[in-house]
Amino acid sequence: MYNTNKVIIGIIVFIIFFAMPFWLNFGKVEALPKPELPKEEKKCIEDTDYMKAYHMKFLDEWRKTKVREGKVNYINNEGKIYKMSLQRTCMKCHDNKEKFCDRCHKNLVVQPDCWKCHLAPEEVKKWQ
Amino acid sequence: MNLIFSLIVLAILILIPLMGVGVLGLNSLFAIFIPYLAFAIFFFGLIYRIIGWARSPQPYKITTTCGQQKSLSWIKHSRLESPASSWEVYLRMFFEVFLFRSLFRNLRADFDGKRLIYGSAKWLWLGAILFHLSFLVIMIRHLRFFVNDIPSIVQKISAVDSFFQLGLPPIYITNLLILAGLGFLLLRRLVDAKVNYLSYASDYFPLLLIISIALTGILMRLYVKPDLYAIKQLTYGLATFNPALPKGNLSMLFYIHLFLVSSLAAYFPFSKLVHMVGVFFSPTRNMPNDNRMSRHINPWEYPVKYVTYAEWQEKFRDVMEEAGIPIDEEWANVAQK
Repeated sequence: MYNTNKVIIGIIVFIIFFAMPFWLNFGKVEALPKPELPKEEKKCIEDTDYMKAYHMKFLDEWRKTKVREGKVNYINNEGKIYKMSLQRTCMKCHDNKEKFCDRCHKNLVVQPDCWKCHLAPEEVKKWQ
Repeated sequence: MNLIFSLIVLAILILIPLMGVGVLGLNSLFAIFIPYLAFAIFFFGLIYRIIGWARSPQPYKITTTCGQQKSLSWIKHSRLESPASSWEVYLRMFFEVFLFRSLFRNLRADFDGKRLIYGSAKWLWLGAILFHLSFLVIMIRHLRFFVNDIPSIVQKISAVDSFFQLGLPPIYITNLLILAGLGFLLLRRLVDAKVNYLSYASDYFPLLLIISIALTGILMRLYVKPDLYAIKQLTYGLATFNPALPKGNLSMLFYIHLFLVSSLAAYFPFSKLVHMVGVFFSPTRNMPNDNRMSRHINPWEYPVKYVTYAEWQEKFRDVMEEAGIPIDEEWANVAQK
């Protein structure tokens, strides 16, 4: 092998770069934080699988229909009527932003801007 | 024809997870075994290629020079175009690897009436750099799926990348840029007759494969949302060598994305894509142009067995004297010494 030193350095750099997912976890492997679900209520507004995947689209839709079209009520698949409100409907059951929203979001670098205007239930309590 | 062949291969690659997961239900094969296998092939295949190249000799100094060579102290030499020391070679390689400097110098030959003219053509450079740098950013962004304690640099890159906050989830700028870059690189092969003539299936296929990977990824981000928490459980398990199928539903699109990425990883070391390491081994780029300062020893050179005239004369002395061929006494003295 020619230029052995340089080639070995190159291989090491290559491995370090592409094995980043492995060594970044080294020594701090723990279970992923699990979002805490409400204890009393078993059913969300729509199907759980749908909510897991599409809640951001769902909330975006709510925002548009409420703010731009002025509609207040949302009728779900089963015909039940809900008031479209993040703070008063969603956060009524999911009453802890840190233990519900943030656990997944922080873990997946999701940076939603909901809370730039809305208040989390924890904050609301502070002001009451 | 080459394009159709690549499209067929791509369609088969998409059908494999569709059948394997959708019909046969081989979830753990496609979610765990194939990704591991593909990345093992990627790692060991690339190291194999690196060692293979490192063992090949460079018999001549064939560095590309496009500037003044270093010679007399009062002649200014071009450091990047005709590097004379290894430091200058490192600089040249840095610009080559990160900024594609040689593509930036790309020329295009064309006819102006009957006159052949050469003009600068930066489009190839632009398409290439858009694609490559976006791919790098996308790869770094993907660390969020593999690491629990995500480095803050990854968070910052994601924040900057979704700066425009268009739509929800916000669209990443690099997602658009990579499609623009790849789209240009593909169109260039289709539209330009000269490049089209040079394009094989092995040129179209990687482009189409990466385009499909990007498209499935963008689809999953913007429209057909998967259960991200379940995906993270799987990918985090893969990265910590603790793989397990999550309880949640991994969407079909995710399996296709994962299988295409695995295919890319496994295909990488044995295709043109290996230029990723090949660029470091290009003798035209990685050698200093110092022919006049130090001798380049051809590694192929071995000690040649030769016979001097003196030795030869000594060997045939009797026969030569008999035949009356004059003996060179000066040479004879040399031989006796």
